[in-house]
Formats: sequence, structure tokens, C-alpha cells
Amino acid sequence: MSRTLQAPVTVAFDYTRSTGPVVGRFLTGLRDGIVVGGRTSTGQVVVPPLEFDPVTHEATTEFVEVSSVGTVTSWTWVPEPVKHQPFDRPFAFALVTLDGADVPLLHALDVSSPAEVSTGMRVRVRWAAERVGHINDILCFEPLAPGEAAATAPAAASDEAVEGVITTVSLDYDYAASPEESLFYRGLNEGRIMGQRCPTCQKVYVPPRSACPADGTPTAEEVELSQTGTITTFCIVNVPFLGQKITPPYVSAYVLLDGADIAVLHLILGVPADEVRMGMRVKAVWKPEDEWAYSLENIDHFAPTGDPDADFDTYKQHL
Amino acid sequence: MRDVAVVGFAQRQMPEFDGSPTCVELLVPAFKELYEQTGWTRKDVGFWCSGSSDYLAGRSFSFVQAVDAIGVIPPVNESHVEMDLAWAMYEAWIKIQTGEVDTALVYAFGKSSAGVLRRTLALQLEPYTMTPLWPDTVSLAGLQARAGIDAGAWDERAMAEVANRSLTDAEKNEYSIRKGGSSVEELLARPMYADPLRKHDCSPVTDGVAALVLAAGDKAREVRERPAWLTGISHSIDPMGMGVRDLTRSPSAQRAGAALDLGGVEVAELHAPFSHQELILRKELGLGADVAINPSGGALTSNPMFSGGGIRVGEAAKKIWSGEADKTLAHATSGPALQQNLVCTLEGKNN
Repeated sequence: MSRTLQAPVTVAFDYTRSTGPVVGRFLTGLRDGIVVGGRTSTGQVVVPPLEFDPVTHEATTEFVEVSSVGTVTSWTWVPEPVKHQPFDRPFAFALVTLDGADVPLLHALDVSSPAEVSTGMRVRVRWAAERVGHINDILCFEPLAPGEAAATAPAAASDEAVEGVITTVSLDYDYAASPEESLFYRGLNEGRIMGQRCPTCQKVYVPPRSACPADGTPTAEEVELSQTGTITTFCIVNVPFLGQKITPPYVSAYVLLDGADIAVLHLILGVPADEVRMGMRVKAVWKPEDEWAYSLENIDHFAPTGDPDADFDTYKQHL
Repeated sequence: MRDVAVVGFAQRQMPEFDGSPTCVELLVPAFKELYEQTGWTRKDVGFWCSGSSDYLAGRSFSFVQAVDAIGVIPPVNESHVEMDLAWAMYEAWIKIQTGEVDTALVYAFGKSSAGVLRRTLALQLEPYTMTPLWPDTVSLAGLQARAGIDAGAWDERAMAEVANRSLTDAEKNEYSIRKGGSSVEELLARPMYADPLRKHDCSPVTDGVAALVLAAGDKAREVRERPAWLTGISHSIDPMGMGVRDLTRSPSAQRAGAALDLGGVEVAELHAPFSHQELILRKELGLGADVAINPSGGALTSNPMFSGGGIRVGEAAKKIWSGEADKTLAHATSGPALQQNLVCTLEGKNN
């Protein structure tokens, strides 16, 4: 058995950004198959244009169309591409100074081996067939043979100025639980609720943590908790939301398991929402064992035991 | 200005940590080591500041959970930067300068191995025209290395010399995860990886934590006979576009160094995650042949994200505590291709 539980996890989000007038001008150009630079106060043509001048800090207002043909000023080989790079096979990243520009632009260069690249080589933009106003409207640079001209861009589908851009970000991780979290989830997979006791303050944490948040002391002693507890506080969910699994109204409550010093948040069923109250005694209701996993969802919900309510004094320190 | 010294340092470094991205499991023993070094308890620490990023291992609010390692009853004065430990130290140094506190413990943690580090770091780039191409850290460093080779600023042999010296020095550092020098010829005979970089030109992906203790005036003297006094600290940043700066140089490192008195520096710990970057830094900081560079083995042999820069400060401080040096320099970097740089000097003179 490995020391900790591990699982793959992907975190993904589409970042939607407004471009402003300068980046928008550049991306509008790409959409139209034209590379646009900005002129700085020192007269340099910079691609992509800078939003503000590096010397005067004034907004960039002078735009210059540059060529889609240029010269490699530096390059590096990419032997093991990572996800979402312009190619999923080895390629080069290059800095390319386009004719008419004074500083280089970063993009991929489509070559099949490092032997095919050299600083000073002439390259041209390879345009995407469908362009939306995004840096990937340039698919890549490609070597330009002597006598060859710039590639022509197919006509754009729109003539509206580009004002926004969407960048998809998706990150893959091997996610590990701490040894204490692993104890907790392995317990749930066996129908048990495991916590740990702080050796300094004697508080019992569920789920257990790597250190007592009050003392900073590692918690080591394992404690199996009762499956019965007391509702310390709750809320009635009346508002529908995206991804909701239960039809409102329903009750989310803090359940302080007997012997624990931290309440766990869970669902209360088996009682009308308006009858749930602080001090109500509840017990864990588990899903069928063949549905268990390393998850708190193994406990389907908590339901009233029918016992008399707990005295306020028994949980007043845990609110 | 108040006299502030580095009086404590602890670190953990490893190729792959199999625990939680919050790294509490590593921070607790690191803090324990610092309590032993200082004779303090957590209640003697006036200010805490951490450096980390949730993007590294995909756990949201990991910096909040890491606070468990401190223990916060009674409550503590605490802050966080999404930057390297060296910048957390800078915030603590400012905090001590305000007079609000006399002591600080700063820490950083990161589990780089949970994701694809060189890809994850594309999120720190300009989001419109760079991040969508996912230019990985190694590629950006490769563009910089090539620019310098083409310009004649350095060559592959000079890069291999840096790597060989680092790998040799790392043999004496129990925390280095890559070690074992051979010869420049042997290193140059190894295959290219991201041409013009060989694998030994690139720092290894490293997990780990590090922590530093700062104290002002007599508080520092109580802890150490020879506190490492922070006699200068400065940081600066260059534009984020790769095209708009001369990649063979690091103007921000030069500027940060120029703000300090670097005369008499005997040892410099430079945060150079790629071999050619050490060559740039040595030049920008004007470090001559008489300055010992990265006797710890440096970031080329072990580079935990968010700790790698602060570890340079700790290693430079150790040379002062031990009396091996009277004046040392520590440098930290952040961003692609030496974009942002912090430089500080540490001195053993009794203020």
C-alpha cells in the first residue's frame, strides 16, 4: 500500500479577457491576416505592440503594418512538447523579427529537426484558415525558400474589431492526499469515520490534519469516531444552482460526531426541512457497500435518531 | 533604518514528495528546527509570511492550509506572497523596518512534481500573446541561451563549466538532488536536450520547503554570535515580453545590484536555474574571479519552486554564521529568463 492516496485531477478554466485598444488592434490585424506593430517613443516598431511606452509610459497610439516575412533571431528546440503547444511533435520555438519591425515576436517554427533551423534564416507566417483574432491565428512560422513570398491569408469571416479573447487553461496534476487525509478516506472506504487527536490540546480533528491548527503540533493518535452526532448549526437551501443534485428545499448541517471537536458538513434527510434544529441527534446513513469509494459521499446523508435533543452545553464550544 | 539579520534557516528538498501539496508535513519539522536554532517558540515570532502558488500542484487555498503548521491560537500576524521565499523575506524586512515587529519567520513550499512544472509556469507569462502558445520554461531559457551564444557573450563550454562546478560542489550538500561533477569534456559529450541546452544546463524539478528567521538588533544578537546582517536589499523587474529586452543581459539584476555596495563580497549564492543565467548574473553584478559562486551547488542541482531563491539567502547566511566569510551576496529570481531579480548582502560585522 502506498503511503498516501493519489489520483489524477484536471483543473480547467476558460479565461475571457477584454483586449483594450492596443492588443485588440494587434489581434484584429491577425484576424485579417495582417501583422500590426506599435511604434514607441524611440521610433522602434514593436510586435506585438506594447500597451504603454516603456520610456514615456504614454499609451501606444501609432500602429504600423509589418511584413509576415522575417528573420529568426533566436531559437530553441522543443524535444518533448507539452499539451496545447502549437505542435504535439518536436518543433522549434523561435524569436522572429518581421521585416519592418525592430524587435522579435515569439512563436513556433515548423521544422522537423534542429538541423533545419539557424539564426538568421528567413521564415514566413503560416496563417490559420479560420481566424478569430487570437495569437493562434498564426499557426506557426515556416521556412522561406529563396524567391518565395509571404503566404496569403484566406479572407476573414468578420470585419468587427476584436475586443475580447478566450484562453483555455487546463492543468493536469497527480494529486496526493496527506497521510492523515489518506487515513480518513481509506476509513470511509471501509465504512469507518477516522479522526486524529492532538497530543497538545487533546482536540479530535475529523478529517484529520497534518498538524493541529491551534498548536502546530502533528496529530498522530488515530481515533475512530461514532457514527452518531449532534447538529450544531444548519441552513435550509432554497435556491437552485448549477450542478445541484437534490431538489430544494433541503438542509445542509454541521454534524458534530460524538467524540469529535470539529463538525463535518453534510446533508440531512429523513425529516422535513422546517423540523431540523440545533441540538438534533442524527446518525450516518451509508450508501450500499458496493457503491463505496474513497469518498465522504459514501455517507449518503445523516438522518434523525429519534433520541432527545442534546443539551446546548454539550456543543456550545463547537459553534 | 533598523539593523535586521538572518538568524535561522531550514530546508527540505527532494525529487518527488508523495504527500499533500500544502506541505504541512514538511513545514512542521522545518519550523521545529528553527525553534531549536533560535531558542524561540512560535509565540516569539512577530510576523509570518509565506510564498507559494496553488497553480503548482492544483490545490486551492493551499497557503491557508499551510498555516496549520504554525498553530494559530492565539492568532498570528501573517501574510502571503505568490512569489519566492526571498520576496516573502523582503516583505518581512519591511515589516520589521516599520517598527511594528522585531522578529519574523518566512517560509515557502511547493510540490512542483504534481504537475508539469515547465508548462504550469506558462501561466506567469503575458496572457494574450504568450500563454496561449504555452512556451515552457526550458524553451524560454533555450532562446536566451542561444541569443548569448550567437552574440558571443558565452559559449557551450562556459555553460558546461558552470554545470560541472555546480555538480561537484553539490556533492557536499545533503539537500542537492542532482550531484556528481565529472569534466567539462564529459558534459559537452552528452546529447543536446532542448538545443542549445543539455539536461545538466537546466535545474531539476524539485519539491520542497524552506524557511528563514529574521530578527532586529539585540533580538538577533541573542540568537547568534555572528548574525548575518542584511546590509542591503533591493529588487527590480524587466518587461515581460521576450522580444523587448536584450536576452543576453538582465538589466533588472544589474539595477538591483547597483543599489547595493557589493565591494568585498567573498561568496555569492546566485539563483540561476539555467547554467547560462549564472554567467549573465556574474556579469551584471560585477562579480570577479575572486568571488566564490554557489558553493552550495546552487539552483542547477536543486531548485524547489518558491524556495529556490530564499535558499540562496540561507546558504549565504550560513557562511556568515560560521565565520567562513565576512560578506556574502544572495540573489533570487522569478519570471521567465531572469525577468525579476532580488539581490541582498549579508555581513558579519557587529553593528
